Amino acid sequence: MSEAISAVDHDDHSHGPAKGLTRWLFTTNHKDIGTLYLWFSFLMLLIGGVLALVVRAELFQPGLQFVSPDFFNQMTTNHGLIMVFGAIMPAFVGLANWLIPMQVGAPDMALPRMNNLSFWILPFAFAMLISTLFSEAGGPNFGWTFYAPLSTTYAPDSVTFFILAVHMMGASSIMGSINIIATILNMRAPGMTLMKMPMFVWTWLITAYLLLAVMPVLAGLVTMMLFDIHFGTSFFNAAGGGDPVLFQHIFWFFGHPEVYIMILPAFGIVSHIIPAFARKRLFGYDSMVYAVASIAFLSFIVWAHHMFTVGMPLAGQLFFMYTTMLIAVPTGVKVFNWVSTMWRGSMTFETPMLFSIAFVVLFTIGGFSGLMLAITPADYQYHDTYFVVAHFHYVLVPGALFSIMAAVYFWFPKWTGKMYSERLGKLHFWFSFVGVNITFFPQHFSGLAGMPRRIPDYALQFADFNMVSSIGAFIFGFSQILFLFVLIHGIRNGKPAAARAWEGARGLEWTLPSPAPYHSFTHPPKVTDDEAHA
Amino acid sequence: MKQSIKYISVILGLIMAGYGFADELNMPVGVTEISRQVYGLHMTIFWVCVVIGAMVFGVMFWSIISHRRSLGYKAASFHESTTLELAWTIIPTILLVIMAVPATQVLIAMYDTGGEDMTVEVRGYQWKWQYKYLDDDYNQTFSFFSTLSTPKDQIENRSVKGEHYLLEVDNHLRIPANRKVRFLITSEDVIHSWWVPDFAIKRDAVPGMLNELWTIVPETGFYRGQCTELCGKDHGFMPVVVEVMEEAAFDTWYAQEVVAAAVREEAMSKTFTSEELMAEGKQVYTTFCASCHLENGQGIPPAFPSLVGTEMMTGPRDEHLRLVFDGVPGSAMQAFGKQLDAVQLASVVHYERHSWGNKAGDITQPRDVINLNSGQ
Repeated sequence: MSEAISAVDHDDHSHGPAKGLTRWLFTTNHKDIGTLYLWFSFLMLLIGGVLALVVRAELFQPGLQFVSPDFFNQMTTNHGLIMVFGAIMPAFVGLANWLIPMQVGAPDMALPRMNNLSFWILPFAFAMLISTLFSEAGGPNFGWTFYAPLSTTYAPDSVTFFILAVHMMGASSIMGSINIIATILNMRAPGMTLMKMPMFVWTWLITAYLLLAVMPVLAGLVTMMLFDIHFGTSFFNAAGGGDPVLFQHIFWFFGHPEVYIMILPAFGIVSHIIPAFARKRLFGYDSMVYAVASIAFLSFIVWAHHMFTVGMPLAGQLFFMYTTMLIAVPTGVKVFNWVSTMWRGSMTFETPMLFSIAFVVLFTIGGFSGLMLAITPADYQYHDTYFVVAHFHYVLVPGALFSIMAAVYFWFPKWTGKMYSERLGKLHFWFSFVGVNITFFPQHFSGLAGMPRRIPDYALQFADFNMVSSIGAFIFGFSQILFLFVLIHGIRNGKPAAARAWEGARGLEWTLPSPAPYHSFTHPPKVTDDEAHA
Repeated sequence: MKQSIKYISVILGLIMAGYGFADELNMPVGVTEISRQVYGLHMTIFWVCVVIGAMVFGVMFWSIISHRRSLGYKAASFHESTTLELAWTIIPTILLVIMAVPATQVLIAMYDTGGEDMTVEVRGYQWKWQYKYLDDDYNQTFSFFSTLSTPKDQIENRSVKGEHYLLEVDNHLRIPANRKVRFLITSEDVIHSWWVPDFAIKRDAVPGMLNELWTIVPETGFYRGQCTELCGKDHGFMPVVVEVMEEAAFDTWYAQEVVAAAVREEAMSKTFTSEELMAEGKQVYTTFCASCHLENGQGIPPAFPSLVGTEMMTGPRDEHLRLVFDGVPGSAMQAFGKQLDAVQLASVVHYERHSWGNKAGDITQPRDVINLNSGQ
């Protein structure tokens, strides 16, 4: 360990961060930008969470209690948009910024100035989106999927701000992904061949390509909306010879890869944490890489399974049903490999491990309901009910979000040089774990019993499940304040962390001191067999 | 070991308990042949998932319980096995192929819309359904709108909620038992989705598109569903209610409705008194206008303007009529000329011009509506 430190120590005298606010405004440093991304996404998590709690408060009992139906729709819409584009995606980009240069043995990201720009677009995009909620006619109210013509002919005026905000988020994502690809392909330390890359780097490389492929599709889609609304075109207007279903095909051609953009980096994260706490190498590294690549490929040919009820020819339905079912195979491979990694390990259960185990179990439950949704005739019954809401929240909350929390706890000592309080971290985990299940598990039942999604009021037979779900949501929501406390407490009062903060952790980042130096590796490190991932 | 057995028996017990409650927590079996097949698929894939889950989580929890460092367990060093990787790629693939066979069969049956005994067109509007009964040449014999009938008082918690809260309508769809009914689904404005869970049929109502569904229901009774595609403000308030009637009873009702439609046609040339128009107008207003402009005419500005004391309400009558007839393109104000007949249009305009303190002091007759259009 001390050898590793001295190997980089002599470069440490190079310039550190600037002072004051300009450090954050003008920074080109991957760690500073990573930090900005992570705190920004945490703020968005809280705002998106508050909107979700408005929704759950209204649904606590049947009848209209707190908000009007139109405001309710604004809440569900902006909750979805903020969580997807503001919380989950920027959090993964923040992790990529922090970790990828350290994990491939580079000093920084390949394109540092663009890195600054891609972050600083985001606060403006979301300020614009959220400001519409305070306008007279209200913000976007057409669901995060914004299907035309509800989002065009029938939309509130704020839709134009929404379109511009989406354009800005897209530009940010595209720049971020170009940067990640350039870093991974050009800046790896000598000896780190592709098949020796850490899993987080692999999953992000593939994710970045997905982003590059589909964000322009989203940009094209909202541009077509803009033309329909302001310039008299009829892309999605049936009265002018357009087709509302075309909107959905384009949206989901973006949207399905998008959901894998939000889960592939999560696969990478747990593939680091489980081996570390099982004190055993990741089982089936090669097949893990191939599985991620297969999932990415399949994500481009399954999009219409979101549209089974839209009225497609039989042959189309069958094609999308079969391809969707196929996704279960590579996803299953990943789960089997994680379980095999744990098998006959020497396990301990620190907070990151707890979040990762919960990830594997609960993500798999979300995967099972996904497999059920693939069966087209049964999907007619599930479609647009709370069963779907339960499904995608299981893969996104205890899936993507838990993996982000696991990552924050796991790499916290490397980032700050301090250890968080294990006792508080575990408390945060158990509150989150219990809260998330109380919130989303009953939604399977209300969905099967026939409750449609996106409704502000419901028939009496759904009352019990909704009440339970709302209680869970408040438990889960407020336990994230505990998360904030654990982090601040750790940064201020944490005990100093060793370079290799976890004895089972492998990878180049753990050869750096904790906290990691401002410019990670100024000289390429030697990639030893012990720190490589194959 | 003993502890593991205890865990496993607890898990099994929970599964059994879940099965016992299945009726309340599960998808309805429904009343049609198709809905039973769909339920069968649902349960099959569910149990496949349960078995795989039990195996995977079983191995995992076994490992969590016994392979811990706190028990002094030393980590093994294996980290790959081509045999295993092949096995857990090939076996799930075979399982999926087996699962795909019955799913494909049911789907093919669902697409068999031919050989129908009768056809009903289902048209979605913000926020109501229109049902049109079509004859063998697809001409309309009669049609009506179906709107939520749950009182506002119940929704706003001022009175006790009824048994079918939010799942009740003023005019419900009626179909005969044991006959193959084909539905043609479309929309007049945004996308809606028409769903009857007990028949296991759901299809989006897309403007400019005509989707098909069919069902044969052997059991009479009332069946309830809801719109399942977000369609704006009152998406949660446009239920679907279908009554399946004995064949003979349905035929009698159908014949009566055809006669009633003819009688209605004659009323177009009648002259009504102001009281008659106000009474009819109030009913039309409640069904078609009040969800946006509210019962008291105040609306929800700016999206839904107030109708109280505005120029439109007391200015030239024909402009008012024209607005209601054509709607305002690009807004939520629909072209009600397509939805309402001349009597309804005349009475609702008359009602608006003489309610909530509006005093236009004129009278609007069905023939004014007809003249308005023939004049152009």
